[in-house]
Amino acid sequence: MARTVTPRRKSLNTVLAWAVGLLIFFPILWTILTSFKTEAQAIASPPLFLNFNWTLENYAIVQERSDYMRFLWNSVIIAGGSTILGVIIAVPAAWAMAFVPSKRTKDILLWMLSTKMLPAVGVLYPIYLLFIRLGLLDTRGGLVVVLMLINLPIIVWMLYTYFREIPGEILEAARMDGATLKEEILYVLTPMAIPGIASTVLLNFILAWNEAFWTLNLTAVDAAPLTAFIASYSSPEGLFFAKLSAASTMAIAPILILGWFSQKQLVRGLTFGAVK
Amino acid sequence: MYLKHVLRAATAMTFVATAAAHAQTITIATVNNGDMIRMQGYTDKFTEATGIDVEWVTLEENVLRQRVTTDITTKGGQFDIMTIGMYETPIWGANGWLVPLDGLSEEYDVGDLLPAMAGGLSHEGTLYAAPFYGESSMIMYRTDLMEKAGLEMPEAPTWQFIREAAAAMTDRDNDINGICLRGKAGWGEGGAFITVTGNSFGARWFDENWKPQFDQPEWKEALTFFVDMMGESGPAGYATNGFNENLSLFQQGKCGMWIDATVAASFVTNPDDSTVADKVGFALAPNSEGVDKRANWLWAWALAIPAGTQQEDAAKQFIEWATSKEYIELVAENEGWANVPPGARTSLYENENYKEVPFAKMTLESILMADPQNCCAQPTPYTGIQFVAIPEFAGIATQVSQEFSAVYAGQQTVDEALAKAQAFTAEEMEAAGY
Repeated sequence: MARTVTPRRKSLNTVLAWAVGLLIFFPILWTILTSFKTEAQAIASPPLFLNFNWTLENYAIVQERSDYMRFLWNSVIIAGGSTILGVIIAVPAAWAMAFVPSKRTKDILLWMLSTKMLPAVGVLYPIYLLFIRLGLLDTRGGLVVVLMLINLPIIVWMLYTYFREIPGEILEAARMDGATLKEEILYVLTPMAIPGIASTVLLNFILAWNEAFWTLNLTAVDAAPLTAFIASYSSPEGLFFAKLSAASTMAIAPILILGWFSQKQLVRGLTFGAVK
Repeated sequence: MYLKHVLRAATAMTFVATAAAHAQTITIATVNNGDMIRMQGYTDKFTEATGIDVEWVTLEENVLRQRVTTDITTKGGQFDIMTIGMYETPIWGANGWLVPLDGLSEEYDVGDLLPAMAGGLSHEGTLYAAPFYGESSMIMYRTDLMEKAGLEMPEAPTWQFIREAAAAMTDRDNDINGICLRGKAGWGEGGAFITVTGNSFGARWFDENWKPQFDQPEWKEALTFFVDMMGESGPAGYATNGFNENLSLFQQGKCGMWIDATVAASFVTNPDDSTVADKVGFALAPNSEGVDKRANWLWAWALAIPAGTQQEDAAKQFIEWATSKEYIELVAENEGWANVPPGARTSLYENENYKEVPFAKMTLESILMADPQNCCAQPTPYTGIQFVAIPEFAGIATQVSQEFSAVYAGQQTVDEALAKAQAFTAEEMEAAGY
């Protein structure tokens, strides 16, 4: 029996949801506000919320000191490339696990997920040495492969969950109509799973965009993405919070805009299969 | 005629292409400190003079350490110059990871480097990194609050005076803390400060046989004094305050005294950022009565060349330029003497213009007083003042400082923290073969 929701309770839920939302968003809002302050205003106590002299000086300094577009372009290539490559590999893998499961499928899925539990620093040296041997240090190609491998378990898991919601009979019907395996995946399964694939792509793009361990350790100049751009404004001796905030705002702006326009797909993707 | 033009153009293009092919680029890994950023702004002058291009990789201090350690140990060759400190230099030099900085030009005048700095950046007499700027630590205090408290700061105070003054300057109603000190966990943060505090109470990390000394009365006295004084006169939540947090508090007029890096003097006296710029006095870091060692450290951010670089000559040229007397003059000319990189060269402190900078004298005295070969009142088997120059130290000291920070946060007692520090350090040192 469905639970009745009174208007009062509905309003309460809405207020609560907004309060939680604002609480989560507050650090980002504060970063954006700080980026428009002077360094002295950034550390003022009590903190200044809106009543300060707004300035674009920090953005000008950051722009002058760093080649933002180069970092941005690297982020786009690395996050985009690793996500696309990951999906290309994960779709057939998830298809096999969802529609042709073996006795060990669940074990394999769990094993894949368990690789995420290994602390990244534990494999830093082997990967670094491999990169030296293969000439991949400070290259976008090398990072695309590493980030793809890191996110692959999540991509496979997400796609597997979506594929399980698609009735196997539809694929059987396609097979009976003479579709080859490639045609079955490309023309039958993929179009039906587009919402799931889209949310997987979005989530993994965000994860790759924000990844800060490998992108800092395997790059120097040519392939350094926006995470390196932010890191260059953190200072052990000196207060540069306003400039750091400007750099952070510039780094998160593209992903914030992408998230804003794709929030429906993201929420749908993340809650897909949660309610039956 | 037409053919002649084509040939001329082709020749010109060839020259341009050859020049481009020969243009060298060096990559420098560095930290985001004010002096380093300033240096990046002047790099064009170096490129104009030498034709060598410079690429900068600026990273947060801890990330930089991890990044350059990985690269240097695997011979990754990502960097031609690294910005490293006094802790790493002798260890890496001994391991053969750095190019010895011998054969520097006569004009560079190696003998002009402050002996304490050159000594701390050498291994067995060989210089492995050139100091870009150096620092010790000293007391920065509010002259107006000291006067209001009816006290006068001696040039070389004791901890006992500092505690008394801090209590007198504390005004909780107006949010003024008598003293602000580092409590943040981390070997380079609160760990460095409590180590020099320990030195000034007669404590040491290890005895001559590398036995940890946290079970000795000097450490208990130092830590108890620190915790009691900060409880009386320190800011709330000081267990998480490091350099930047205290700088922020001091600049806003919320600290009567702050004992920290001498490099902070230029920040707190800069009227653009500090609300108390014209009310700051300086004094030597304190000692406990009867102990002849003061709570001041020695540190340098220095430029070193990793072994295996393909561009050793170009890297040496850059280091000579960036740490030269001429570079100091270049900065002074454009930004004033208060903004030149301090603490590296003797000649700077003999310069009449620099003598007029209010914190110059105390900075030099603090640096000269720090002796990395002789950190403590009792004999030690190690070099270093706020650190012990062994590879294991960073890991051990980070853990120990976490235990101490837990005391500052009220999560455990001084005795509990010292017992844990003793047990942990003994175990790690034994495992390391000491």
